[in-house]
Amino acid sequence: MALPTYTSWNYRIWHYTYLTICGLVFFFLIAPLFVILPLSFNAEQYIHFSKGMIALDPDAFSLRWYEDMIYGTKNPWGLATKNSLIIAFFATIGSTVLGTVAALGLSSRHMPYKAAFMALLISPMIVPLIISGTAIFFFMAKVGLAATHTGIILSHIILGTPFVVITVTATLTGFDHSVTRAASSLGSNPVNTFMKITLPLILPGVISGALFAFVTSFDEVVVVLFLAGLENTTIPIQMWVGLREQLSPTIMAVATCLIIMSTLILVSAELLRRRSERLRGINR
Amino acid sequence: MSTEKILSSDGIPLEISLKKAERKNKLKALMLVGPLFLFLIITYIFPIGDMLFRSVDDRMITQKLPNTFAALEKWDGKELPDEATYEAFYKDFYPLAISKEAGKLYQRLNYEKSGFSSGLKKTNRTIKKFEKANYKEQFMATHKIWKDVDYWIALKNTAPNWSYAKYLKGLDLKFDQDRNIIQQDEDRRVHKILWLRTIKVAFWVTVFCFLLAYPISHLLATLPMKYSNLLMICVLLPFWTSLLVRTSSWMVLLQQQGPINDLIVWLGWAADDNRPELMYNVVGTFVAMTQILLPFMVLPLYSVMKTISPSLMRAGKSLGGTPFTAFRQIYFPLTIPGIGAGCLLVFILAIGYYITPALVGGASGSLISNTIAYHMKSSLDWSFAAALGTMLLVGVLTIYWIYNKLVGIDNIKLG
Repeated sequence: MALPTYTSWNYRIWHYTYLTICGLVFFFLIAPLFVILPLSFNAEQYIHFSKGMIALDPDAFSLRWYEDMIYGTKNPWGLATKNSLIIAFFATIGSTVLGTVAALGLSSRHMPYKAAFMALLISPMIVPLIISGTAIFFFMAKVGLAATHTGIILSHIILGTPFVVITVTATLTGFDHSVTRAASSLGSNPVNTFMKITLPLILPGVISGALFAFVTSFDEVVVVLFLAGLENTTIPIQMWVGLREQLSPTIMAVATCLIIMSTLILVSAELLRRRSERLRGINR
Repeated sequence: MSTEKILSSDGIPLEISLKKAERKNKLKALMLVGPLFLFLIITYIFPIGDMLFRSVDDRMITQKLPNTFAALEKWDGKELPDEATYEAFYKDFYPLAISKEAGKLYQRLNYEKSGFSSGLKKTNRTIKKFEKANYKEQFMATHKIWKDVDYWIALKNTAPNWSYAKYLKGLDLKFDQDRNIIQQDEDRRVHKILWLRTIKVAFWVTVFCFLLAYPISHLLATLPMKYSNLLMICVLLPFWTSLLVRTSSWMVLLQQQGPINDLIVWLGWAADDNRPELMYNVVGTFVAMTQILLPFMVLPLYSVMKTISPSLMRAGKSLGGTPFTAFRQIYFPLTIPGIGAGCLLVFILAIGYYITPALVGGASGSLISNTIAYHMKSSLDWSFAAALGTMLLVGVLTIYWIYNKLVGIDNIKLG
């Protein structure tokens, strides 16, 4: 940002200090993530920058920890990845369907006690995970679903729906209801109207809600910690166990993969948000 | 003037058919919300209620020792109970000892008065050899707790089905023998410190987040789109990245041989053999939690600042205000809704944080959530975990309520 020529020196100094502060804060936000990348290619067994790495010696870098992650004999990452994907997949479908349908109701003009319902439906996002985890664990143990995939999927649906409800209701504000009325006046039944008119229009919001639900389930560790048995271990659980014992380079390799995944999710979420704004005719 | 009612095409008064249509629409909306509502009631709200119930439920002893409590009802608590009471206890305890079901009883009664556990264990071993008469004498010969009136009083005190003793324990209070509420013994007062620390950490993390988030949100809101989109990634990437990944990056950075310590040594602020402990204490918790929760402060602030027109500041300056006055009197008051939203959100999230304090906090940086997890997974005192959870829940719901009043739940924005 170039300053106009008439600005005073005082203001200039203040302005550049401000930019420096902002730069430092952005650095504080993003730099920790990039510490992990080089360390995952470390040829040594320790988690610190060796002299070779700083000198950019090619011998100091290797892919051995990625090999260990994939082929390591005792490594649980294969099972954990499979479980994480299965659980996140079903939890995403469950939260997206339940959340979208509920958001349609909540956005209706005729919905009674809207605020109260909204507060209740969003509560799993606000209540600390440790409390949700405790309560859900007692419940799942009572109905015999502790240490099962079903139990974990159900609890992730609980935790994921608030995100879907929020994103879809946000998409539905400013939704032009005359198009659905037009459809029904032309003889379309409500399901058909939803599938052919409403859903395509709100789809970006639904998908970004689904992404939130997916990430929530894929990252969730507290509830799974209470619920999971050995069979249901997930990636976050394995990371948690690994981090409690010691920092290993294999964990850095896994973390790198997760960072790449979240970058992809971030990009798709951003693209969806823009598409949604365009579809709804919001210009910024 | 005709008082005739307006009729719709099928002959029904319009008012009625409108109401009918309205009701139908209402029902339709409710039916859409219904599935999720029912699902949450069954799998979430009901379990939380169950947790509340569990925290005050104290029926276990009364159910295991029905005869004893029936006999104790008439006892005045002054001298040792009579032979009949001892016999009643024998009748209750003998089957428990045979079927090895007395374990929970030891734990619960020992919490009431220490010494119970060893006394009951000894009794458990000898009770099988008891003769079928003179119970009082045989009990008193087995262990000294049966000669002590205090233990009988403690036992009688557990008679009520509901007890809020776990809540008292969570506040470092307890009942004395006469059911007065007194302070916990000095060396056992740990929970008050934990509550205060949790609030302190949540408060300071909120303050740090605010101080760091305000300038960058302002920059993001005022920069032209093409730059701000790029910088927004710096905020959103951590937001979308797994919590465990971010925590592990802090573990790498803060460890004794880590880059930050390397830098401190290189700058000469500390000797190489005397590197400061940055992790496994409250410092680690502060730093890591601030970075992890920062996006939750930036996003609400940004969305408010985006709506403030830059011409307002220009107007303020053109009317003779210094940039600082213009900021203080115009810009800052307009951002207060965003500040409120961000601060409450970060505070709510921070007060229940578990993973990060558990990994980088060590003993001095652990919070109330960690204690709840400890009682859930290690000490298995589930009713105490439920009581602590309920207390935390009440706190969070109060803030949630304030948040709802001030900001409105429907104004939460994600990304």
